[in-house]
Amino acid sequence: MRKSTMVKLLAAFIALTAVFNVSAAPKAGRTVEQIKKSKTVRIAVFSDKKPFGYVDENGVYQGYDVYFAERIAKDLGVKVKYVPVEPAARVEVLETNKVDIVLANFTKTPERAEKVDFALPYMKVALGVVSPDKALITKPEQLNGKTLIIAKGTTAETFFTENYPQVKLLKFDLYADTYKALLDGRGDAFSTDNTEVLAWAIENPGFTVGIDSLGSLDTINPAVKKGNTDLLNWLNAEIEALGKENFFHADYEATLRAVYGKESDADALVVEGGKL
Amino acid sequence: MLSSEAIDAISKAFSVFFMGRNFIRLVLGLLVTIQIAAISVLLSLFFGTLFGMLMTVKNRFIKAICKIYLEFMRIMPQLVLLFMAYYGLTRTFGISLSGEAASVLVFTMWGTAEMGDLVRGALQSVPAHQYDSGKAIGLSDKQIFHYIILPQTLRRLVPLSMNLVTRMIKTTSLVVFVGVIEVVKIGQQIIEGNRLTVPTCSIAVYAVIFFMYFFVCWIFSLMASIIEKRQKEA
Repeated sequence: MRKSTMVKLLAAFIALTAVFNVSAAPKAGRTVEQIKKSKTVRIAVFSDKKPFGYVDENGVYQGYDVYFAERIAKDLGVKVKYVPVEPAARVEVLETNKVDIVLANFTKTPERAEKVDFALPYMKVALGVVSPDKALITKPEQLNGKTLIIAKGTTAETFFTENYPQVKLLKFDLYADTYKALLDGRGDAFSTDNTEVLAWAIENPGFTVGIDSLGSLDTINPAVKKGNTDLLNWLNAEIEALGKENFFHADYEATLRAVYGKESDADALVVEGGKL
Repeated sequence: MLSSEAIDAISKAFSVFFMGRNFIRLVLGLLVTIQIAAISVLLSLFFGTLFGMLMTVKNRFIKAICKIYLEFMRIMPQLVLLFMAYYGLTRTFGISLSGEAASVLVFTMWGTAEMGDLVRGALQSVPAHQYDSGKAIGLSDKQIFHYIILPQTLRRLVPLSMNLVTRMIKTTSLVVFVGVIEVVKIGQQIIEGNRLTVPTCSIAVYAVIFFMYFFVCWIFSLMASIIEKRQKEA
């Protein structure tokens, strides 16, 4: 959810191609039949966002998104070719037909939904707030007049600016710096995606996520090229069918449990059968 | 002296290289970097020399075309060029290049422009009296170029082009944005994979990547000094 200069550069570039765009009759993307015929489905995933999509020490793709991707390939009866993407390129790889599906922790937003088609959700995220056990923050109101650490360009920044203007924000460019600042006591709490703070609090004794679901609930969905209804319908049917066997809970156990801890609640993140 | 805690911390940071195939993965990533850089550099040296000679032609029209090409390549950030080759070609013409092909294309076009300008500069820096002296002793134009101009040009070109080559090698770290996994990206994968367990490993990974780049570029510097020495002796 982080906007960086990359996004701006990419946006500028897209505007540039739009100017030269003479005849780009957008093909609708490959149908399920075409994918089956080619024997390979191309899926865009992250290669460095543990535990959702990453490459392990043996060079193998792993994570919550990858676990799902493997199942999609199995049910299509084809092999999977992973295409590593950067966050800013997720819309672009679909629009230019470089991949069939994006499964890269892709949050559904109205802006993105204009450019790609989102299938049913398979995960949900909200904001979380982590703070020291000594002065645990359990309600956002407690932060009024205190200092909250955030990373620039994240949804946490916009959320607190709009809804809690009395909270003093201490902003950093890099995630790594925000954690250091919290450890050094330069702020009273830190807020970003709940998945992120939950994982961090497990590794750092003395800190607890006092608020684990704040702000508007966003969903993570697979995305296909705009207009590729055939593949979209197949994916939706697949997610509904997988809901019956509680597939995403199994996915959580296999990939996320180790990161979020024994006591974590799978239902805080997992969406089963596309139903919130 | 380093305290034992510091040594522990350092060895913990470097321990990520002994997990699984991490170190081999990084080396393989370096090979991808070298491969893309080497192909682009060779093509750039070849086309760049031709382009540089073309730039010295006295035809106004050709000169203008060359100038526009050079300025376009020099001003456009390489990242934008990469996006244009990878996404833009697909959007506009339906030509879908692989990330590797798009990278080689962009680096070759950029390298050709920059190399061309270096060649042009080197050719024009040979003083006019060299040509005149050649003519005075009855050499043909071809002979003048081959025996007088070319050796002097090459001597001037070696350090300049080595600069360009090392710059090209380092700029290949941008190819990750068109989906090519090279050494820096694999480094980031290793760092992210151990972010929660070995948070200090980023310094170790970047240190190793630093030495990898240094080593590759240093070979070119060595080659350059050997070539220069030979030329002096010759």
